[in-house]
Amino acid sequence: MSHVLDTPHIIKETSEPGEPATRRAFLAAAGAAGLCYVAALAYPIYRYLASPTEMEMSETAVTEVTLKDAQKLPLGSVLMFKFGTRPAMLIHHEDGRWIAMTAVCTHLGCTVQYEPQADRIHCGCHGGVYNAYTGSNVSGPPPKPLKLFKVVVNAAGVDVSRT
Amino acid sequence: MTSKTASIYDWVDERLGLSELVAFARHKTVPAHSQSFWYYWGGISLFLFIVQCFTGVLLLVYYRPGAEAYESVRQITFVMHFGWLIRSAHSWSANLMIFAILVHMFSVYFMKAYRKPREFGWLSGMALLGLASVFGFSGYLLPMDELSYFATKVGLQIPAAIPWIGPIISNMLRGGLEVNEFTVQRFFALHVVMLPALFVPLLGFHLWLVQRHGNAIPPAEESKPLNKRKTMAFFPDFFRKDLGMWLVSLNVLALLASVFPWSLGRQADVLVPAPSGIHPEWYFMSPFEMLKLLGNWLPGEAGEIAGLLLFTLGIVLWILIPFYDSSRESGRRGRAAHYFGLLAVFALLATTAIGYWTVR
Repeated sequence: MSHVLDTPHIIKETSEPGEPATRRAFLAAAGAAGLCYVAALAYPIYRYLASPTEMEMSETAVTEVTLKDAQKLPLGSVLMFKFGTRPAMLIHHEDGRWIAMTAVCTHLGCTVQYEPQADRIHCGCHGGVYNAYTGSNVSGPPPKPLKLFKVVVNAAGVDVSRT
Repeated sequence: MTSKTASIYDWVDERLGLSELVAFARHKTVPAHSQSFWYYWGGISLFLFIVQCFTGVLLLVYYRPGAEAYESVRQITFVMHFGWLIRSAHSWSANLMIFAILVHMFSVYFMKAYRKPREFGWLSGMALLGLASVFGFSGYLLPMDELSYFATKVGLQIPAAIPWIGPIISNMLRGGLEVNEFTVQRFFALHVVMLPALFVPLLGFHLWLVQRHGNAIPPAEESKPLNKRKTMAFFPDFFRKDLGMWLVSLNVLALLASVFPWSLGRQADVLVPAPSGIHPEWYFMSPFEMLKLLGNWLPGEAGEIAGLLLFTLGIVLWILIPFYDSSRESGRRGRAAHYFGLLAVFALLATTAIGYWTVR
């Protein structure tokens, strides 16, 4: 009897060559179906979790912000505002010049501060210093200057836009 | 297995004892008979609970309890991509889970699977059902729309009927004299922290007991001689079928959640009169209606208390059934338990039907 028990394995391979292929096809189909399920679950979850990012992306597409009554800003002072989603600053220098630039430190993203007495921009996180007129990085770790905006002052307020 | 995979397997096996687990799974069997279908309902309940955990965590990402509750659910439903689908899946899966648990409970009851040595399985299962209904009740309020507001308001009146301590219990649950943002805040704490912290270990205990005692067989099967009983291997046979049932559940859930998305009513407002046809969720309809009927039957405040007592007595008897009908030798008691079960099913269906009939 034992040799009979051994043979089916061989018979299968020789006389029914279709079977291993069907088995493989079945496994491939099952795998593909499984992938479809994973994708069908993962896509909505990804989009759901990414919703705020997408919303803010469309907000960062902002090119101009009007700051109402900002023309009344006293000399030597600063106004913090949001340009899209990110913080920015409008500085009215002692000499009367208007400068607007992003307030996000180029080092690790902290919000920077205008110091009127030293007339410079300072980042409290790691001591980065920027020029308050040009935005160029003067000392400390910041690798790049702060980006300047275009400023137009009129009777109703101040328009700040991307250059 | 290639030699590389084999050596990784050996490395892990030496430390975690995987082959013991494999050997164990290979020897585990599940009884195979005409009633085997009912064995899948515990697994389906488990699957739906896992879905609840996943979708619940996803909702937690944007949900804000307290005064902003309604606004945050509105945001989830209408602003966040696929938020409606995740909320809908959570609600549908909650209802399907309660349904699956009820099917599981009644199948256990009629197969007499609560008998010795499975009393703790029955008791822990009843506790899990109790927790699941508190999950349902607390979760229902969280969107703070008109329906959930009034349903909670009415629901919290029921414990208030208990003499002396009733009002204290109600106020404690409500976090004040009225349902408001404090109620949402504490229901939220209950729903996402307290209940899972109780439910998960209890579920572990329940599953461990199933593992320890194996599946019970119905009395008809038990009367057969040992060599006439059939079994199937847990792995891969039962496991594969179990997964198949999970897949069916997932498909049913996906279909219901996407084709019949859960709606969000108007924001709850105390000054706006309750819309007509406010009624409890279907799984609370029967107890609600039973209390109402008992209240009509036994009028007055004493009647209300007597109704509550009678109702509690029924539940206590139901929970204690393993101690009344404790073994195969129970005989007359076994038959009595069977009729009690039929009465319970009839009462449940009849009061649910009456409930829906009267709110129409």
